[in-house]
Amino acid sequence: MRTFNRHTGVAAPILRSNIDTDSIIPSVEMKTVGKKGLADGLFAAWRYIDRESRKPNPDFILNKPGFARTSILLAGPNFGCGSSREHAVWALDEFGIRAVIAPSFGAIFHNNCIANGLLPAKLPFKQVSAIASELEGNDPNGEDTGHELTIDLEKRCIITPTGARYRFDITASDAEMLIRGLDPISLTLQHQAAIEAFHLQDCQARPWVYLPHEH
Amino acid sequence: MAQTLFEKLWNLHTVSDLGDGEFLLHIDRIFLHERTGGIALRNVADRGLDIRYPSQVFCTMDHIVDTFPGRGDETLMPSGRDFIETTRAAAQAAGIQLFDIRHSRQGIVHVVSPEQGIALPGLTLVCPDSHTCTLGGLGLLAWGIGSTEAEHALVTGTLRVHKPKTMRVAFNGSLPAGVTAKDMALHLIGKFSASGGKRCAIEFTGQAIRELSVEARLTLCNMAVEFSAFTGLVAPDEKAIEYTRDRPFAPGGAEWDKAARHWRSLHSDDDAVFDYELAIDSAEIAPSVTWGPSPQQVVAVTGEVPDPELETDPAERNSMITALDYMGLEPGTPISDIRIDAAFIGSCTNSRLSDLREAARYLEGRKVADWVKAVLVPGSTPVKRAAEAEGLHEIFQAAGFEWRESGCSMCLYAGGETFGPGKRVISSTNRNFEGRQGPGTRTHLASPVTVAASACAGYIRGAGMAHSRKAG
Repeated sequence: MRTFNRHTGVAAPILRSNIDTDSIIPSVEMKTVGKKGLADGLFAAWRYIDRESRKPNPDFILNKPGFARTSILLAGPNFGCGSSREHAVWALDEFGIRAVIAPSFGAIFHNNCIANGLLPAKLPFKQVSAIASELEGNDPNGEDTGHELTIDLEKRCIITPTGARYRFDITASDAEMLIRGLDPISLTLQHQAAIEAFHLQDCQARPWVYLPHEH
Repeated sequence: MAQTLFEKLWNLHTVSDLGDGEFLLHIDRIFLHERTGGIALRNVADRGLDIRYPSQVFCTMDHIVDTFPGRGDETLMPSGRDFIETTRAAAQAAGIQLFDIRHSRQGIVHVVSPEQGIALPGLTLVCPDSHTCTLGGLGLLAWGIGSTEAEHALVTGTLRVHKPKTMRVAFNGSLPAGVTAKDMALHLIGKFSASGGKRCAIEFTGQAIRELSVEARLTLCNMAVEFSAFTGLVAPDEKAIEYTRDRPFAPGGAEWDKAARHWRSLHSDDDAVFDYELAIDSAEIAPSVTWGPSPQQVVAVTGEVPDPELETDPAERNSMITALDYMGLEPGTPISDIRIDAAFIGSCTNSRLSDLREAARYLEGRKVADWVKAVLVPGSTPVKRAAEAEGLHEIFQAAGFEWRESGCSMCLYAGGETFGPGKRVISSTNRNFEGRQGPGTRTHLASPVTVAASACAGYIRGAGMAHSRKAG
């Protein structure tokens, strides 16, 4: 799987709280049985004035000049709450988002990020707002890269254009999954013997749990 | 050492401690549906991997499938048929149990699994659907996962999970008459916010919980995810054990006795310590409804639309202003003056037989207001059959409700059916997010009986309130 070590890119603030996965990708935008073709539906209800014609809403941050190449989102608490749809992460990823910085995340969304190599970086809202304020007014197309943040996952550090550093939170195991691009299934299959042993003793202890093949 | 119910269930399923608070947990049951199940099954097959315990895996058609009478594989959502056909083919190839569109056990995943005895007290059960927490009402550890995690569970029979913190929410005393489990959930989220559950495993306790039926406990736990909980739990008591008896996939004979003995040991020890504690005086809970597009925007049906100017937190004030704009409401408007266009009873929250009986009791001899489109979608095909055997469908139809086939239907827009942009819906569902029931649709969450009463009045109305608008 893809690895995440150090990333520099344009950051866009959407500082609402409780941005749910229905908002990240509405049901109607999940058109194919698969993980691809979802970027066009990202934030569709906010991004387009008219869903049919796909006329962009000029007020929405990702439609503003320079923000089409956004790769980092700054958001309010409880980002990705609601529906378990992994399509929210697949859509963000396909659009080019590599990291979301927010005070907290919906639990399922958070795990879906780790599973897809997208960084959920936890940072208190005051600091998320401070970063957004620093970026505000800078030209994302300017040569000074005024709207870019650098994220160093190894050091758990976000670096702003003025050089301010913010330390974010992530568990050691999640960070390692991202840094090494590990495949969780392969990792777990290394515990094959323990799984087998558990199963054997559990069949004795709780036989009713295990259903026959023909019901 | 004293343990909580959650810790007992966790330890019972721990295969390995992976360190850093992460554990490898054994998964007893996996349930899939056509929205995300087909993708997971296909990816497993594409990687050349096998499903570890196919007899422990189930799949149903609920999210996208049509609920119109005489339905087939076609749906109003243009690509819906692809999801249905892909899932069917993948489930058959994988050799797992599928409750297909015309199967007598088909229905909404979280209604089907306890109904069939697939969900049992003490188990771990996962499903790529956030409302899997519903099943905690029966005393099992059940939670929603993503598609990639579902692939992991299918292939390894386990999941890697960070151990959540624990919270106890005590509903002390008895509920007032006319107050339901849905009102408890809305009240809880309204009082402590949509993030109040702090990603904890929550155990609901107290007299009001003990007095709830198992189906009502499922309703309460269903909305644990709207409270940002990892999941909800109610300790299995004799009611839960009796509920399980003789279900098709439940144990029988000597195994039943052994299982029941085990289930009776599943409760928090008296001196168990929780990371967080909340308490609610059940007497203060009223029939409730949401006024905005967040489940925390809750008010009693006798109340009024709140005023953002009175909110001191600036972020909260802004979200209230956006909410009023989306909902087309003015501050200070009495809730009972809000005119509705549609009424919907269904979803994994409130579509079980007890919900239908409660709504039908109110609707008997009454009529839906002539401007209201009213739809009832039973939670499962067995619920539909049982309701028809009692004649409930005749009560609903006589009152003016459409009587549908079972599925998720208009709880969400996945099947492509909606009440329409700008339409105001009183709904027995769980999510009032912007666009959840279709682009621009305005959702007010409430209990089935409040939906029934509102449908008849044409305005939001509690069942105990005067029927006609501004009576007297």
